[in-house]
Amino acid sequence: MDKVLMKGNEAIAEAAIRANCRHFFGYPITPQTEISAYMAKRMSKVGGTFLQAESEVAAINMVYGAAGAGVRVMTSSSSPGISLKMEGLSYIAGADLPCVIVNIVRAGPGLGGIQPAQSDYFQAVKGGGHGDYRMIVIAPSSIQETVDCTIDAFDLADKYRMPVMLMGDGMLGQMMEPVSFPEVKTDHLPKKDWATTGTKMKRKANIINSLYIHPEELEEVILKREEKYNTIYETEVKYHTEGLENADVVLVAYGTTARIAKAAIALAKQNGIKAGLIRPITLWPFPTDIIAKTAPNVKCMISVEMSTGQMVEDIRLAVNGVCPVHFYGRTGGAVPTPTAIFEQIRRYA
Amino acid sequence: MMETIFERPKALADVPFHYCPGCTHGIVHRLIAEVIDELGIEGDTIGVAPVGCAVFAYNYFNCDMQEAAHGRAPAVATGIKRANPENIIFTYQGDGDLAAIGTAETVHAATRSENITIIFLNNAIYGMTGGQMAPTSLVGQVTQTTPYGRKVEMQGYPIRMSEMLATLEGSSFIKRCSVDSIKNINDTRASIKKAFQCQIDKKGFSMVEVLSTCPTNWGLSPAESMDWLRDNMMPYYPLGVYKDVTGGDR
Amino acid sequence: MTREILFAGFGGQGILFCGKVMSYLGLVSGLEVSWLPSYGPEMRGGTANCHVIVSNDAVGSPIINNPTDLIVMNLPSFDKFENTVSPGGNIIIDSSLISKKTSRNDVNAHYIPATQMANEMGVPKLANMIMLGKLISVLAAVSLDQVKEALEKSVPPSKKELIEVNLKAIQAGYNFNSDI
Repeated sequence: MDKVLMKGNEAIAEAAIRANCRHFFGYPITPQTEISAYMAKRMSKVGGTFLQAESEVAAINMVYGAAGAGVRVMTSSSSPGISLKMEGLSYIAGADLPCVIVNIVRAGPGLGGIQPAQSDYFQAVKGGGHGDYRMIVIAPSSIQETVDCTIDAFDLADKYRMPVMLMGDGMLGQMMEPVSFPEVKTDHLPKKDWATTGTKMKRKANIINSLYIHPEELEEVILKREEKYNTIYETEVKYHTEGLENADVVLVAYGTTARIAKAAIALAKQNGIKAGLIRPITLWPFPTDIIAKTAPNVKCMISVEMSTGQMVEDIRLAVNGVCPVHFYGRTGGAVPTPTAIFEQIRRYA
Repeated sequence: MMETIFERPKALADVPFHYCPGCTHGIVHRLIAEVIDELGIEGDTIGVAPVGCAVFAYNYFNCDMQEAAHGRAPAVATGIKRANPENIIFTYQGDGDLAAIGTAETVHAATRSENITIIFLNNAIYGMTGGQMAPTSLVGQVTQTTPYGRKVEMQGYPIRMSEMLATLEGSSFIKRCSVDSIKNINDTRASIKKAFQCQIDKKGFSMVEVLSTCPTNWGLSPAESMDWLRDNMMPYYPLGVYKDVTGGDR
Repeated sequence: MTREILFAGFGGQGILFCGKVMSYLGLVSGLEVSWLPSYGPEMRGGTANCHVIVSNDAVGSPIINNPTDLIVMNLPSFDKFENTVSPGGNIIIDSSLISKKTSRNDVNAHYIPATQMANEMGVPKLANMIMLGKLISVLAAVSLDQVKEALEKSVPPSKKELIEVNLKAIQAGYNFNSDI
């Protein structure tokens, strides 16, 4: 298929539609509004539903209802809006409902700013909502990968009956790159015989619920879900590496930052320093193994983030003291430059 | 041969309810189930349970059910309805759920003319958490969080949801009923049926508000509670039809 | 080969569209491209700019700190970006709107009265395409057919009739000899 130039936000929306998502509930917020705008334009043309909700809270609960009714459904927002969605997200996790949530991250806390950031890492991978739950978090780093990851996100959500977050940042949402859309198949996925579509008087009632009043019962439900999470940790980790062989310094970076890190690695090469890159694509499950395996062979690792240091904690857990793990980041909407990252490489090489 | 003159509605689950003695939730559950039976829609109906005393409502009906977060039932119902517009969706909500934490969801479902039916139980108190002030608690009413009575200068006025929602273009049928007497119970059943019929006929948002009692948290016997409802709630929350686009009696 | 091209001017001058056509030009030439706009309140009547990278290799950072080529259509942007241009790079200046000359002697400056030319041609909104034409002549890397193809991809089907006039404006910029 011919490649077209598309903004990240629009590419996410189009990919969702190609993945047979026909229900979108959202609320406007910069810098992800193009997703809503695109959905508003396209959904009516493909027989789908676009609904601008009265709030982020309402939007995520509409997602809950539609997911419970068995359809592919998505919402999107940016950081402050995602905070509002956290209640619904916890209920969605607790009721084992599949859906896709897009966070085009901007700077925080509070109203923060509208420029790109990665400071919602903790919120996405460590919880955010209340309770023992996990969410698959996917962080693409190009527009084409955004398309592919959006399609994967729906499949993973359906496969594991859980929420999946696609996490980009303002830059990925706003920039254009050439993309093509792959053929989407969904026939390998489990049937949603648990959904509330009406009993038709032919089966027992289906109940979508996260309330279990007896501790033993709730514990059992949570532990069963934990087994599912363990399976995901064993089978669904995704990452990309570059130049790990003979590298003295390994950068760990995801999303937009990984692209900039690559430019810094090229600068290092010009200066005779061997640097490599581990780019997590799934932030949860986190690529712990490759980081642990790489640690003994390098002088150090540097986590590069658009935050004050969030993913670095998971890298340190993975490295477990085997090599030093440094951090370099910009925050508040500022974006690291290749030169600044290169300076860090040079400092620690 | 024995003739059956009274039985459990088919749409009502054959399980013990957890409600307190004298509580009117059981009556309203039964009325909804009777209406579902009468309309023959059990197989197409999806109920949405609230957070509050009726939180276990998902176990009390035989149709498909979803449990919503506190106040979010109208949004959840919207999601279900938009996913499968041919299903019949009702939410069952109390006053804290519908008129406090979920006011925005309620108002916007109504103004969007979301084609769903809300059964709203107003008993002027938070039951499940043990008797705190509700948005519908009356001025002067003593609750756990208004131990000296609700004061206008502190807590403002009780909210009249039926009147408010009736002002919205999107609502189709809004009626306030009561279950304090046989006559009013029968009227409530007829009103719930009409609200469901509005949805079946795709007329948009319908709501039946039911004035109810909470003997446990009001600190009254069930019979005294009915008197209290008539003497105190009915004057502030008059029964009647507040909106009816079907052209029925007002 | 990597060109890091910064388009800058006022909102409403078609700066972002100009960058989009350039990106498609890269795409139809078989190159890797990225396009990154300024966004947010900046867009509301103030300055607008976009970063376009065209390269043989996969594009790393889509942000341009030191452009190889600056296309500038208002004075504030000229003042802001003049000194960021890489030595040996190009600055293409709409001299109808910017009366200043560059003080840099390590870059190639191209002065073109694009807005005036667009007005004279009766297409006042196409100064951006005239600027793009000049950029294309400076980079001297593509054929007219490729330009046409890029335009066809950039313009929505509902505005197909605008392709020809855009092409004319690009040609006018392409043929303008600014180095006299």
